Amino acid sequence: MIRPNHTYRGYSMSEVGNQTIPATAKVVIIGAGIVGNCLVGHLARLGWTDMVMIDKGPLPNPGGSTGHASNFIFPTDHNKEMAFLTIDSQNQYIDAGLNNTCGGIEVAREPQRMEEFKRRMTSAKAWGIDARLVTPAEIKEMVPFINEDILLGGYYTPSVSVVDSLATGTKMREEAVAAGALQVFANTEVQGLETIDTPGGPQISAVLTDRGRIEAEHVVIACGVWSPRIARMAGANIPLTPAVHQMADVGPIDILQESNKELAYPIIRDMDTFCYERQSSGSMEVGSYAHRPILMRPDDIPSNSASALTPTELPLTYDDFDPQMEQAIELMEMLGDAEIRYAINGLLSLTPDANPVLGETVEVRNLWSAAAVWIKEGPGIAQLVAEWMTYGYPHMCDPHGSDISRFYPHEKTEWHINARCNEHFNKTYGIVHPREQWASQRGIRRSPFYAREEALGAVFFDARGWERPQWFESNAKLMEKYPEATKARTHEWDARWWSPITNAEHLQMRASVGMVDLTAFNEFDFEGPGALGFLQYMTVNSVDVAVGRSVYTPLLTPHGGFRGDLTIQRLGTDHFRVITGAFDGGRDNYWFRKYMPTDGSVTFTDRSQGLCTVGVWGPNAAATMAKIVTDSTTAAYDLSLTGFPYGAVRDVLIDGVPATMFRISYVGENGWEIYTQMEHGLKVWDAIMSAGEPFEIIPVGIGVYAVTGRIEKGYRLMGAELESEYNPVEAGINRPKVKSADFLGKAAYLAAREESPAAIMCTLSMDSQRCADGYDRFPTGGNEPILTLAGDRILDAKGRVSRVTTAGAGPSVGKYLLLAYLPPEHAVEGTKLQMMYMNENYPVTVERAGATPLFDPTDARMKS
Amino acid sequence: MRVLVCVKRVPAPGAKINITADGLAIDTAYLAFTTSPHEECAVEEAVRLVEQHGGEATVLTLGPAEADEQLRYAASLGVAKAVLLPIVGADWDPQRTAAAIATAIAELESADGPFDIILFGNESADSGGFQVGVRVARSLGRPIVNGIKGIEVVGDGTVRARRESEVGLEVYALPTPVVLGVKEGINLPRYPTLKGRLGSKKIEVGQIVPDVAAGGQRMVTLLPAAEQVGATTILGHGPDAAAAVVDLLEELGVL
Repeated sequence: MIRPNHTYRGYSMSEVGNQTIPATAKVVIIGAGIVGNCLVGHLARLGWTDMVMIDKGPLPNPGGSTGHASNFIFPTDHNKEMAFLTIDSQNQYIDAGLNNTCGGIEVAREPQRMEEFKRRMTSAKAWGIDARLVTPAEIKEMVPFINEDILLGGYYTPSVSVVDSLATGTKMREEAVAAGALQVFANTEVQGLETIDTPGGPQISAVLTDRGRIEAEHVVIACGVWSPRIARMAGANIPLTPAVHQMADVGPIDILQESNKELAYPIIRDMDTFCYERQSSGSMEVGSYAHRPILMRPDDIPSNSASALTPTELPLTYDDFDPQMEQAIELMEMLGDAEIRYAINGLLSLTPDANPVLGETVEVRNLWSAAAVWIKEGPGIAQLVAEWMTYGYPHMCDPHGSDISRFYPHEKTEWHINARCNEHFNKTYGIVHPREQWASQRGIRRSPFYAREEALGAVFFDARGWERPQWFESNAKLMEKYPEATKARTHEWDARWWSPITNAEHLQMRASVGMVDLTAFNEFDFEGPGALGFLQYMTVNSVDVAVGRSVYTPLLTPHGGFRGDLTIQRLGTDHFRVITGAFDGGRDNYWFRKYMPTDGSVTFTDRSQGLCTVGVWGPNAAATMAKIVTDSTTAAYDLSLTGFPYGAVRDVLIDGVPATMFRISYVGENGWEIYTQMEHGLKVWDAIMSAGEPFEIIPVGIGVYAVTGRIEKGYRLMGAELESEYNPVEAGINRPKVKSADFLGKAAYLAAREESPAAIMCTLSMDSQRCADGYDRFPTGGNEPILTLAGDRILDAKGRVSRVTTAGAGPSVGKYLLLAYLPPEHAVEGTKLQMMYMNENYPVTVERAGATPLFDPTDARMKS
Repeated sequence: MRVLVCVKRVPAPGAKINITADGLAIDTAYLAFTTSPHEECAVEEAVRLVEQHGGEATVLTLGPAEADEQLRYAASLGVAKAVLLPIVGADWDPQRTAAAIATAIAELESADGPFDIILFGNESADSGGFQVGVRVARSLGRPIVNGIKGIEVVGDGTVRARRESEVGLEVYALPTPVVLGVKEGINLPRYPTLKGRLGSKKIEVGQIVPDVAAGGQRMVTLLPAAEQVGATTILGHGPDAAAAVVDLLEELGVL
């Protein structure tokens, strides 16, 4: 049975009248849900005018996911970006006067959940959220109708609230209308999007509706579950799928009715059954993320007129919900006698990696996506997108986990979206390890070395589709050689998705030589007379180096924060090759193309699919390569540091096969990144392996490359240490001089150089890893807060919290290392601080303030 | 007291109903199914009669295998037994339907004794033929009154049933066994409880496969009803609208 129980508020006649739709607008916002509504409000605040909002449904509830949302906010999130946006959103609801604080308790039925609560306490500490662990008896005291006998404990957050998302959205929308910046057209359906061809690619030009055509400079798709369908009208792709979230309203329930309040009791999240129970006046709303994933296609969502309730409130499929009912009754017996008043298969948006999809679409200029956003983060994300549209990049926080350009083509197919969403839907309340690997859509990008790696017992991790060895079981025997560094980790959580073999590979590479599969790299070629000028504009460090040389450089946002970091090789006077990592390839590809001149003076070629890469590093790397590298005359190649200096790029033959060697290192050892055509890859791999045999060469996994080797050298990683909230001065990678050429973010960069940094990137070590239970812990590096000796979290002058951005073993320095930004007063070598991990504090010492590495501080091993 | 209630699986109301291209069926892609509203009241009445007088209620439907959902829904409200007369295809007019139900009732009664009261909805929500209850009663040789809005068991094998007419109330005294066609408004049907819902999954649904000849009626085509066009008249904005609102309220006789 389905029966509506919604009452609509905030009805505004001015928005549903019969005004004529305007012929032109600066920006058209499609969708009047929480995101679209808050977006027009924020755009108006930032000075935008001449805006038009349309929605195919009626106001204030046009029938999207906002209309049936449960509307509660649990602020704790392990992900920094989402935690920031959620807390910011909650504050916006508070400012709107539409935030009803009731508190919330996540309850545990299973022991591993209690461990997860310790982790949540740690994240709460990092983000400044008041939270505490509670016993079953304390839960009972707050929620007298709960069956505490089946509970082990809880995680209580007093600030948990229920917000009025429809009213907040209405308020923001009406603010923009009142400012004279916005016209609103409800019951207006989009029938098409028009684009024009420009030298930079297709650009949005008009929106066709059933009430007329609007020419527009910008169009924003804030259409929730319908977003892919609308984007497709312009030839763009917003990768998300509508999915069912089941919920039922059950009541009346005496104890709730007697409270005479909308919310008298904390919301309960029954984490181990993936369910929640939230009071709604005299009844209880029971929702679930435990049922089988039920995905739909946007085109299969019924129209408003074909819907009994709204298009996103479909009839509950009871068979999927019944097991959850039993678990709910087990937790709250009174629910058994309550009547099911309203029950739906509510539609919401899921994306392949569970993050929102924000920013300008990569296919169509000035066409924006503000999709896959939940109520809890809606107003904050609206502000973020408004800033993005206004300033060219958001100011409030780094959006890179939500950036629509992060996706590679294979990640935007329905096949991939459905596979990943089917996999992660039931992890909505799950305990997800920071290193956890996807099970679906694996093996779809393999380097030419794959067969050899597999034979060597590689344990593959996913890098945006690429299978990369994290470590090699064939190296297990090395653990006998390095017993001290390869002790097992006592706690299963610390050992999950990890192997002590990584530390053995690390030490063997530093002792002799190792080779690393880096095929997941992206290679972008820029050629033409405008290439130098263009790249100079994109980069902080000058790329005007000699042919055959290279440069490492950050890319900045217009306001001077990190947008990327990469190396650029100069292969010819007018030919440059950008090398960037697997995780930022999509974003960097978009960023370059967005700014590329359209006069034909620069061409862009993505070489990533054709090239494979292997890194060879260690004291015996040169001796290994010397055996197989020649120039085209078969003469032995001068691989000495004078003949082939650090940073140089040379075309060579390796065992007769054309390849390019690039003398650089991300692990602090002498050696090269070696690039060759995919078809030559296996031959090169075999040649190196064979040449290195006398030196006991080993294959080395990404565990060394990305963590242990990197952290000992203090190398910063995009998305971890390098975010748009920080600048190169704070990261300690600014150079003594600034190039004369203008570049993106230069003014802000110059300003940052003039002021003393509010935070400095530091390397810290753990003085003791011993936990209260008497064994050593190994933090995963998931935003663990750095604390003062008094146990207080540390905020810098810009309000940013000091937290661990990377953590990992330093096998060569014999310490467990952490990277973190610290305010100058703490960023002093030798300073004693604390770090919280799993709700316990550990003593730490600042080892390095700035970029000087802990291991081989003069880089002698790489450069001499 | 033994009570039987007969129900029909029909599309849930509230959404626009689309017809398939061949014009012979309703497009069910987005439709939920429910029990006809009159029959929801009949189920509620059956549950109440048993709650008041003891005994047992049974629900019966003739329909596709999916009609199991409607039987279990009745069970989730307190009906103890359920019987499905499974059919395939749409060729089931009121005559054939009634014949199948009457045969099934005879079979059920020969096993467990007669039903004191058999309840139908006044008419089904989809085809609205108003025939099946009357035909079944006739076939069983029992009295029937339709449009019932009140049922009272007065004892001595007598039931008092009430219905509204244009001039007032009609009250009937009827001997059991009796057939009654119940009309919406007789009661306010309850919602299922969570426990009721879970309990309904466990009952065994009996099956009696109908074996009766086709009736005399055949569906030719379905046509969508003409769309009702609603016009919105804006009376004005803000305080300026007050006078027009007062005029309208006076016209409606509310003031």
